[in-house]
Amino acid sequence: MFHSTRSRAAWGAALAAVLLTAGCGGSDDASADAADYDPDAPVTLTVGTFGTMDFDNAGLYEEYMELHPNVTIEQNNVAQSAAYYKSLQTRLAANSGLDDIQAFEIGFIADVVRNHADAFVDFAAEENADELEGNFYDWKWGQASTADGKTIGLGTDTGPQAMCYRTDLFEQAGLPTERAQVAELWPTWDAYLDTARQYQSTSDAAFVDSPASIFSSSVYQGEVAYNDEEGNPIPEESDGVERAWEYASTAADEGLTANLSQFGDEWNAAFSNGAFATIACPAWMLGYINSQMGDAGAGLWDIAPLPGSDESASNWGGSFLGVPAGGENVEAAKDLAEWLTAPEQQVKMFTDAAHFPSSPQAAEDPGVMDATNEYFSGAPTGEIFGESAANIQRTPIGPYDTQIQEAFTTALTDIASGGATPDEGWENALKAARQATGG
Amino acid sequence: MTIASGTVREAAIAAPAPDRTELPGRPRKRRQLTRNRWGYAYVAPFFLVFGAFSLYPFMYTAWVSLHETSLSNINGGTWVGLENYRELLQSEFFWNAARNTLTIGILATVPQLCMALGLAHLLNYKLRGRTFFRTVMLMPYATSIAAATLVFSQLFGRDYGLINTMLEAVGLNRIDWESGTVSSQVAIAVIVTWRWTGYNALIYLAAMQSIPGELYEAAEIDGASKWKQFLNVTIPSLRPTILFTIVVSTIGAVQLFGEPLLFAGNGTTSGGASGQYQTLGLLMYQQGWSNFHIGQAATTAWAMFMIILVIVGVNAVIGRLRARADR
Repeated sequence: MFHSTRSRAAWGAALAAVLLTAGCGGSDDASADAADYDPDAPVTLTVGTFGTMDFDNAGLYEEYMELHPNVTIEQNNVAQSAAYYKSLQTRLAANSGLDDIQAFEIGFIADVVRNHADAFVDFAAEENADELEGNFYDWKWGQASTADGKTIGLGTDTGPQAMCYRTDLFEQAGLPTERAQVAELWPTWDAYLDTARQYQSTSDAAFVDSPASIFSSSVYQGEVAYNDEEGNPIPEESDGVERAWEYASTAADEGLTANLSQFGDEWNAAFSNGAFATIACPAWMLGYINSQMGDAGAGLWDIAPLPGSDESASNWGGSFLGVPAGGENVEAAKDLAEWLTAPEQQVKMFTDAAHFPSSPQAAEDPGVMDATNEYFSGAPTGEIFGESAANIQRTPIGPYDTQIQEAFTTALTDIASGGATPDEGWENALKAARQATGG
Repeated sequence: MTIASGTVREAAIAAPAPDRTELPGRPRKRRQLTRNRWGYAYVAPFFLVFGAFSLYPFMYTAWVSLHETSLSNINGGTWVGLENYRELLQSEFFWNAARNTLTIGILATVPQLCMALGLAHLLNYKLRGRTFFRTVMLMPYATSIAAATLVFSQLFGRDYGLINTMLEAVGLNRIDWESGTVSSQVAIAVIVTWRWTGYNALIYLAAMQSIPGELYEAAEIDGASKWKQFLNVTIPSLRPTILFTIVVSTIGAVQLFGEPLLFAGNGTTSGGASGQYQTLGLLMYQQGWSNFHIGQAATTAWAMFMIILVIVGVNAVIGRLRARADR
């Protein structure tokens, strides 16, 4: 019989089950004690990554599994960093579904440092903390550290910057094509803009792909970028933003850019169509250019220093690996994360997959320092980016850097397409930045 | 009505015979409930799923909208009462999105329904290969939003888009579809129209086929032209159907999200450089999943729900007034 009382009870139970499962995700069980850790026990480790982090392509997982036959590594990769971080956030909220190792992009590390430090292993409290810290540039280590000295991520790659240029288009426009001579063309951003004007008087193509290329690369050349020393967003007071805005909005307003939106379809298509002659090149951009243009682009590009790099070297991008503290295999995961980010492996990541190291030992390794890139006309990439990386000052980062940067680059696009004057664009950018930070 | 009750009866017949060995003296009402238990059993799964995936999130969203909180701390945050709603109503981003939603909605819905009506009328004639045409009309509806939008946003591309190439070939100027307000909204409306016209046409067609042929014969005897017949026989007979499609399209228009998100082409959620095609759905997504202010996003979600309620209510009132006026 299906009595109404019983049915009501069943309803209640079903509803309660729904509410319970929805209300509280995983459990807060403490992970296995370090003392119980058996390094030889069979274990499967999951690594959450995004985009092309290339641990797999550089053969590092395979190598580690050969060194440790008891370990099986599975990678869960999400193509877009933003989408990856969204799902990571919901998993942090539910405290379930986290991988044994989670990667963070620089745009999101500050949020993790500030709001979720307790959810991750503190590498600064490890026995080998000093050794670990010594493996990284101090600014890289600092980016993953909290105000009270916890460090929740180990650096993978970095984005020291340079300026890539098309030798064929430069030649057509009567500009020098030799690396050293090109470097003399733009010691400063003002000189770079002058070169742009000169170039566009003789060519149909634009000089630079987008105002975002100028803005995003030069904003980190200031004392501060989007945040004050405490990591609070202050875009309207920052010298880095002010300088970057001046150069980028001038370029946008004068039509010196192809006004493409970076990482969009048209931007991708524009690489092969030779629609622009220069593009700001953080180290990771080389791989992007290569993948967009394929063999047809080999030898067309070369690399010069970023304008203004004499005064201030800057970093754009880079990632970290963190280990969720509540995982089941914390100790084994720590071992793997430390190994993947160790200087020897960073050298391999550079030689096999062109990710520039976040470790000075790796950057000074002959395998990196003497490296040249045939695709980019044999440019000495190890030397160019190594010099840039060594001079980088630590710029404070904050939890909303990605969103604020998007607010500014979007406003620049609006200026370049004639939708706003530079002054209006500035106001719009600040409004959008305030909306993003929730102020 | 008749269709619905028919189904219930059939369900009752298909079910095992009700247990008739009940003890006498039970209240009548209880016995009836017991007799209908299979009915409850059949509808229970729907309501369970509805409760878990609609009602619960719905109430939970209302709760979240009263807090200032972030995506990764969705159960916590500080209680702010109706503060989020006050801020939303004062936010120029909200009014911009509301305006865009309205204009894109009109640009998409009006031509869509007019074209659907015309197509349905044509397909109602005896045509060779009618089934083929009817099937083809439904194809866009079966295409995923993502696939359709990706193709269309390439067609509408500024530098390498097919449409601009064709414009140039016939001597017209290229259009920067994405960056203009009107042009971007037209482009998005085209995607929506392409996808939904066939669907609405089939609904109209089904309704047209239930219009008695005598009405047209009588009209023809009175000397009414085909056009007059369409205006004075077809349209009035379709009125309830038209109202239904308007309501459904309006709800779809208020919720418009996938098309403007993917039209940007680079994953940004600002709906263009000046927010020129940011809809309410996209604003909600930006607040919650780009800026991680999930409380604000929940507020926008509820505001959208209210807007839909008001629009549907207004439609219902208009429909009822028309019906009363006809009587």
